[in-house]
Amino acid sequence: MKHIKTLNTRTLQNTLKKGGCGECQTSCQSACKTSCTVGNQVCENKK
Amino acid sequence: MIHQYRNNGYNIVLDVNSGSVHVVDEVSYEVIRLLDQGADEGGILAELSGTWPEAELKEAYRECMQLKEAGVLFTDDVYEEAVLDFKARPTVVKALCLHIAHDCNLACKYCFAEEGEYHGRRALMSFEVGKLALDYLIAHSGSRRNLEVDFFGGEPLMNWQVVKDLVAYGREQEKKFDKNFRFTLTTNGVLLNDEIMEFCNREMANVVLSLDGRKEVHDRMRPFRSGQGSYDLVVPKFQKFVASRGNSRYYVRGTFTHYNLDFAKDVLHYADLGFTELSMEPVVAPADADYAIREEDLPRIMEEYDSLAGAMVEREKQGKGFRFFHFMIDLTGGPCVYKRMSGCGSGTEYLAVTPWGDFYPCHQFVGEEKFLLGNVYDGIVRNDIVDEFKCCNVYTKPKCRDCFARYYCSGGCAANSYHFHGTINDAYDIGCELQRKRVECAIMIKAALADQGIAESDSAGNLEDLPHC
Repeated sequence: MKHIKTLNTRTLQNTLKKGGCGECQTSCQSACKTSCTVGNQVCENKK
Repeated sequence: MIHQYRNNGYNIVLDVNSGSVHVVDEVSYEVIRLLDQGADEGGILAELSGTWPEAELKEAYRECMQLKEAGVLFTDDVYEEAVLDFKARPTVVKALCLHIAHDCNLACKYCFAEEGEYHGRRALMSFEVGKLALDYLIAHSGSRRNLEVDFFGGEPLMNWQVVKDLVAYGREQEKKFDKNFRFTLTTNGVLLNDEIMEFCNREMANVVLSLDGRKEVHDRMRPFRSGQGSYDLVVPKFQKFVASRGNSRYYVRGTFTHYNLDFAKDVLHYADLGFTELSMEPVVAPADADYAIREEDLPRIMEEYDSLAGAMVEREKQGKGFRFFHFMIDLTGGPCVYKRMSGCGSGTEYLAVTPWGDFYPCHQFVGEEKFLLGNVYDGIVRNDIVDEFKCCNVYTKPKCRDCFARYYCSGGCAANSYHFHGTINDAYDIGCELQRKRVECAIMIKAALADQGIAESDSAGNLEDLPHC
């Protein structure tokens, strides 16, 4: 495309099918302890 | 729903519901803005043909339509029903925050635990209480294999023998029950020694090392009770500790306040000390505290995040990159949408345990008697509170419904919401502003690194001509 470049992303809709296993880390157990951040969590299913 | 913004010379469009990120030129940025307002091709041509050639506008419009058809632009929110079903499932406990010591050898001025005491008495957790907590976790974890236990305080090294004994107990039990304990420790570093470092390197999946940045900033907020600063004591210990664990599986974590709104300098100071896994959080404090972040500080903080993001791109180019917790965003392999919608798990999947064995929804609620859920002896006795937490998600919070960052913070911190608004179903507004800015910066960094062809340590997104599904 000439006008738009799309970053390589995992489309969220696709995670509806296989997601929800719950094995991932609890967000406040890492470095934050005050602000809830999940965007940087790792999916245990993709490992 | 889309969110479009300009940052560091990039025009960025986030398609909120698919999570797709587009880096666009000026003409398509304007075309997308009008499309978002409901304009059709004719309307766009009528409004923009004085500024851009018609052929350019038509081309940009066509590209937008292609992306829309591919399901990566102007996508619908199809998750609400899914989250309701998901949240209705029986929950299991998968993480504990063990308050191993309600005591501290520092007197940090912003401590929400009030020098470790949490509005209560000084106390150390006994092995017996800790053991019952681990038993409870195993018994209520269902089929979850990975179980997380954070040794927290106060200062957990003030009760070190119990930490070691609980780790040994956990290792025995995980074999019996086919579980995998991931132990973590949060420490101020004062009592760190070789024996503790060696043990942690063997047993702790992550360690969080509290440091606020430059010496004068750190010492101002993190003194000993005598008033003396702690920087000179802890920095060499942290450097040794991090090197001894192979420069990985740690965070140097700080808190910034009204007194260091130039906190990017503190983050860069961490990097200059040789640390690469960094986190710096805004203080959450009563509005009348002198160090509290105020609404009027926000523009300055936003600039500071921009400055930090720009500096990170530059350092990455120089091969001196580092990771900043709040700018880390995994576009290709991040969490599933369930995780993104359903919040942090406090009060359901995640519990805090006091030294005497009481359960609270999380460490931030400890000492708030209204949120006492039960204890290690009787289990959860207030299922009504648990249910309230269970229902909490981005769709139950009116402020989240129209927020582009909702799938990156999953509704924010319930404790902050409660402390500022008296309910867990609201949101802490200053925190939301900051979260949105951090998401914008995080995405910009991905765009910049991809654009400049710089490989990032944790796999930057690649610019591609076509959307990926």
